[in-house]
Amino acid sequence: MTTSIKKLPDTEQVLSGNGACGGCPATMALRMVGKALGTNAIMLLTPACSVASMGMTPKLGYNWPCINICFATAGASASGITHAIEIMKEKGRLQGELPTVFSWVGDGGTYDIGFQALSAAAERNENIIHFCYNNEAYSNTGVQRSGATPRGSFTTTTPTGKVQPKKNMPMLMLEHNIPYVATATVAYPGDLYDKVVKAKNISGMKYIEILAPCYLGWQFDMADTVQMSRMAVRSGAWLLWEAENGKISFNSPSSHIINGKRDADPVNEYVMKQGRFNRLLNGADAARRIAEIQGDVDREIAFMRERAKIMI
Amino acid sequence: MKSVTKAYRPISWPMKGAGGETGTWRGHRPVVNSQICTKCQFCWVYCPEAVIDRYEITIDYRYCKGCGVCAAECPTGAISMEKEE
Amino acid sequence: MRTAQVIMETGAHAAALAVKCARVDVIPGYPITPQTSIMEALSAMVEKGELDARFIPVEGEHSALAAAVAASAAGARVFTATSSNGLLYMHEVLHMASGGRLPVVMCNVNRGIFAPWTLWADHQDSFAQRDTGWIQFHCSSNQEVFNTVLQAFRVAEQINIPVMVNFDGFVISHCFMPLNVPAQEDIDRFLPLHEPEWRLDPAHPSSFSNVTNAAEYASFRQMLSQDIMASIPLVKEAAQSYKDITGMWDGDTIDTYRMEDAEVVVLAVNSMAAELRLSVDILREQGIRAGLLRPRLILPFPAQDIIDALPQNAQVMVLDRNYNFGHHGGILASELKSVLFGRRHDITVKNRVMGIGGVDLTRRFMADEIRAMLDE
Repeated sequence: MTTSIKKLPDTEQVLSGNGACGGCPATMALRMVGKALGTNAIMLLTPACSVASMGMTPKLGYNWPCINICFATAGASASGITHAIEIMKEKGRLQGELPTVFSWVGDGGTYDIGFQALSAAAERNENIIHFCYNNEAYSNTGVQRSGATPRGSFTTTTPTGKVQPKKNMPMLMLEHNIPYVATATVAYPGDLYDKVVKAKNISGMKYIEILAPCYLGWQFDMADTVQMSRMAVRSGAWLLWEAENGKISFNSPSSHIINGKRDADPVNEYVMKQGRFNRLLNGADAARRIAEIQGDVDREIAFMRERAKIMI
Repeated sequence: MKSVTKAYRPISWPMKGAGGETGTWRGHRPVVNSQICTKCQFCWVYCPEAVIDRYEITIDYRYCKGCGVCAAECPTGAISMEKEE
Repeated sequence: MRTAQVIMETGAHAAALAVKCARVDVIPGYPITPQTSIMEALSAMVEKGELDARFIPVEGEHSALAAAVAASAAGARVFTATSSNGLLYMHEVLHMASGGRLPVVMCNVNRGIFAPWTLWADHQDSFAQRDTGWIQFHCSSNQEVFNTVLQAFRVAEQINIPVMVNFDGFVISHCFMPLNVPAQEDIDRFLPLHEPEWRLDPAHPSSFSNVTNAAEYASFRQMLSQDIMASIPLVKEAAQSYKDITGMWDGDTIDTYRMEDAEVVVLAVNSMAAELRLSVDILREQGIRAGLLRPRLILPFPAQDIIDALPQNAQVMVLDRNYNFGHHGGILASELKSVLFGRRHDITVKNRVMGIGGVDLTRRFMADEIRAMLDE
């Protein structure tokens, strides 16, 4: 059973009055990560919204030891830290339980510039958790296209809508044969919390991707952040799943969509509530564009349903 | 062994208000109607800013940015967003 | 002075052995000719249990230095090595290491830069990183490589600035020379355990390199600039202390040869400077009062020590194994001229670029070049 809201710990690792936008889904998610990891962790950040949010020297809005690193290096830098603390403990220079080493990285630092180092860290099965908080664009620099931007979405570098579909990054990570991969999103905090707790207790490489609807980039009312996250899941545009040692299982409510007990909501309502899509959906080609977006969602659902059947 | 200069390395320390007095960003203020509130803690769990006391359901207005997620997610409609003066 | 053993080793293996003697904790590594044999030797030492460290076989040099820098921030003593384009690929992380004041030590095995490809030595790679805020040594023998790696850790950890130890590809990295390896207890006395005053520590959470405002940023950069200059006495102290403990001496910020009564001073770095001792002997036999001034330290540039070492009215022949694009000649000559300007009006500076991409630099060739420069 998913941990209920009232059973979540009191621990707050994200401190009030940080620099994030109001309604920020990344900060919302990081709070849940903090509850799951506790204080004994080391955080790495590549250039992204959460760096802008963390406060300016000498103030820090997160209650962890944190290191800002070069954009492309999350996989490599986290590897360096995990090996450093392990060998220092072996040599008797560190005592007690070793901290969890985790990277907190956007979709740019994961899908794009950080992909090489992350792939290599996964191939080496480094003992780290890589979190990707995915807002489906370079929100921190003012919303440019990334490898996570879905087809049909406006960004400042795709002013007439992105032509290509997004890539399935969690599946790419799974194909590195790592012990744990999961997806989550902010509307389901208990699900996210449980996945982080699970990852914390697994040795080796863990990858958790969190869909983070960004009101600024997606162009909706910031109070609707959680609602947008929920709609993404209900429409099947975001699937909640996890894979332990390569075996995929789906989490509620995505499991109901996958096993056919419940139809996914059509993407129309989800898409039309977001300015990044609907600003391009007022012409004669609107129906074709929506069908394309729906087609991408349907394809991913079908692919994941079949892929999950491989239980080798 | 000591370095020649002090505070030579860019280090920061955890504190509330690392982004400033973020309550001043607020356009609308969430107000809790304790008559309706069931203390379900939905507002607390979804608050990005950690400004809601989960047991008392009180809000730290010094840092609350007024995003309105708490009001949108409250299942009983116990939180209203009131325009700041 | 106790020498535990004298062995025959290549420069690359001398570097690896020094890393072992330094009791390094973490070694991220990636192969590139001619550096590869350092990483091969270190990974073998780790796998055999001869070196109690972690070797991280990363997927590129950018990641190698990124892992090194992060491991250093976690409190470990770290080492990595590279060459040529690998060093260039590290460029932004070089800045992170120095700006973040992390005492990483790295060997760069000098090799010319692509394009076109060359495998052999020149100094464009390390000189192109002159403005990254790293302390840079350049070494002329296998023994000096060994000694300098140990001195580099001491200096880096005293002042929290990363140090690059450069030496020539193949000529040093792959040639065998006798190597004195001091007793481990002597090395431990020279280089105590790394105890950083700050590290990533959940018991005392703090963060590294958040965004800064302009005034704070300027202040950090000013302190880095000042501390780089302040490393000169530490380099001298390390060389002297190393000599006191091991009996070995390669010079401190500079190394000189037959400078006492020199009228013609040859200035060069790395392996060509070792060969230039023989060129100086040839010139002396030919009646030219030649001497050699070899900077070991290139950054910070040891201005005062060079000024003090130059005899009155000397002609300085700078032999650069790099180009200072946009100027005539090489970078060493420009550095020297900027040091002399307004301070030593009696000195004449002449400059030639040679040995690019591994073009052979024999003692006779260089003696002939210097004699020809006298007539210019």
